[in-house]
Amino acid sequence: MIVLEKRPQPSKVWSYATPLVAVLATMFFGGVLFAILGKNPVEAIGTIFWEPLFGEFSFYYRPQLLVKGAPLVLIAIGLSLGFRAGIWNIGAEGQYIMGAIFGAGAGLAFYPLEGWYIFPIMVLAGAFGGWLWAMIPAFLKVRFGTNEILVSLMLVYVAEQMLASVSLGLLKNPEGFGFPGSRNLQSYESAHNAELIAGSGMHWGVVAAFIAVIFAYVLLNRHMLGFHIRLTGEAPRAAKFAGVNPARLILFCLGLAGALAGLAGMFEVSGPAGVVSIDFNVGYGFTAIIVAFLGRLHPVGILLAGFLMALTYIGGEIAQSQLGLPAAAIQVFQGMLLFFLLAFDLLTNFRIRAARNEVA
Amino acid sequence: MDLGEINPVLLVASLMVAATPLLLAAIGELVVEKAGVLNLGVEGMMIVGAISGFAISVETGSPWLGFIAAAIGGAVLSLLFVLLTQFALANQVASGLALTLFGLGFSALMGQGYVGIKPPSMGDIHIPVISDIPVIGPILFQHDPILYLGIALTALVWAVLKYTRVGLILRAVGENHDAAHALGYKVIKIRILAIMFGGACAGLGGAYISLIRVPQWTEGMTAGVGWIALALVVFASWKPWRVLLGAYLFGGITVLQLNLQAAGVAIPVEYLAMSPYIITILVLVILSADKSSAPASLGRTFHASH
Repeated sequence: MIVLEKRPQPSKVWSYATPLVAVLATMFFGGVLFAILGKNPVEAIGTIFWEPLFGEFSFYYRPQLLVKGAPLVLIAIGLSLGFRAGIWNIGAEGQYIMGAIFGAGAGLAFYPLEGWYIFPIMVLAGAFGGWLWAMIPAFLKVRFGTNEILVSLMLVYVAEQMLASVSLGLLKNPEGFGFPGSRNLQSYESAHNAELIAGSGMHWGVVAAFIAVIFAYVLLNRHMLGFHIRLTGEAPRAAKFAGVNPARLILFCLGLAGALAGLAGMFEVSGPAGVVSIDFNVGYGFTAIIVAFLGRLHPVGILLAGFLMALTYIGGEIAQSQLGLPAAAIQVFQGMLLFFLLAFDLLTNFRIRAARNEVA
Repeated sequence: MDLGEINPVLLVASLMVAATPLLLAAIGELVVEKAGVLNLGVEGMMIVGAISGFAISVETGSPWLGFIAAAIGGAVLSLLFVLLTQFALANQVASGLALTLFGLGFSALMGQGYVGIKPPSMGDIHIPVISDIPVIGPILFQHDPILYLGIALTALVWAVLKYTRVGLILRAVGENHDAAHALGYKVIKIRILAIMFGGACAGLGGAYISLIRVPQWTEGMTAGVGWIALALVVFASWKPWRVLLGAYLFGGITVLQLNLQAAGVAIPVEYLAMSPYIITILVLVILSADKSSAPASLGRTFHASH
């Protein structure tokens, strides 16, 4: 009979080791999955994790790591603050979409005017769009006690319809021959989130992601508000006695997460994506949840997890074209990762030991 | 625009069809939450049920086998949730999300060969005489068997929770798991059974979408129905008949907005399509004031430490 014994303190060693163990387990069971699909598992795993970094075309794929990783890290940093305090914003996908719509909308409003001030305005508009969308569940939670999980998630579907609406109407390219989608921001210089160094993949979104990581680190370790966030998550009763204002915390965590997701959407639409179109969003808002947990809700961990997840995206695409691995297989692979992570987390908080049989 | 084209009898009949997936998933989740477990993976279990049911009924030609497979598929996926929350003692919110993300990917993978295929039809029950009664006949007596199963299940859950010992134990576990444990009830075992029941119901609901409501397979076809089902349980204050009422209300909204789209009302399609989600939020806001009826141990992890 195996018995779980709660550790008086979470194990330091295991809290670092579980993400690694989870990644290894995912590689193993992912390999089994790929073998069932009739692919060579070693080759498939190799393609996903090796090819983008050190393969023949890595000069093309390495910059892509930054492009794919930046929105994931930006969103996940915002989510992690809330998750730490037990505030579950799972509608980042919607906030990401609204950020893109607001950001692109602000830029296109100036078209064809050129000016240095246009891009900063778009950045603010994007952050505002995401913030606004996240304020809906935040306000409803604070004012009426409505469940933020369900509201933020419902708003994803609403945002998707908004996206369809503006791509076919408000933001539709007047010179687009009737096709849905906005003007291409990549060919509008003042609004283009171009690479800062050509061919590096480094755009303003990547810079923002790094700033967000540092900001979150300082906030959590050196600031009273960060302490309150951690306290609320780890000991809600103690937080109450310490006079932590839960409403303020909810507004801050959801608002910040929304603003960061909005920024991610804005940088994506003005850079790598270029246009507001019906299929603009690709699920970064949901994958970021995995990134946040994989990074153990720690800013530096999230940075690493974001790039690992970007690796599976890019490696997955390569495996798709080279080995014919279905796109959905990568989605399953990413889902598995979260699974193993949550399962192995047991070892952080509990000690497993053999015990005599007793009445449970 | 011609609102006269909307036939009220057909509208009511089709709202019952639209409500059934919601009803099935929500009644399952109600039992899970009554046992004190919050499983946010309903959407994932539904979509896995949708593809399992679809695949099996296409392969065997029998929609009945399809529905059985869907229930099994949903229950098997819920076992992953059991593993995470009951044995690995993981956070229930995160585990539910993991289930949904995994389920969406897994169903897309399984469903690759089934896009664009038409599943075998189940056919409606036609009871002679009463199904021919005008108005009442088409509304009440001309549906597929699963729709009636949904209503029967609601009645069953209500009766079991209210009148039986099993129901009482289930509620005790949900209200205060430490006390239930002290009385000698197997908290974990009861919760596992409840979670599997919820998974099976969600699977049935998903298969109802892919086999009867739509009927075809597309990726992510549940489109948030699982999440609305979760909201519905809150809306219903954890009461089975209120779940039925809520499901018909949401079914009605869905059908009405589809009818308005078809009738060419001057409201853009996208705004009509977002209406069920917005109304869900509004209902949640109105009802969130009263949390007293929620099971007291909802979402809390149980670990018998002594």
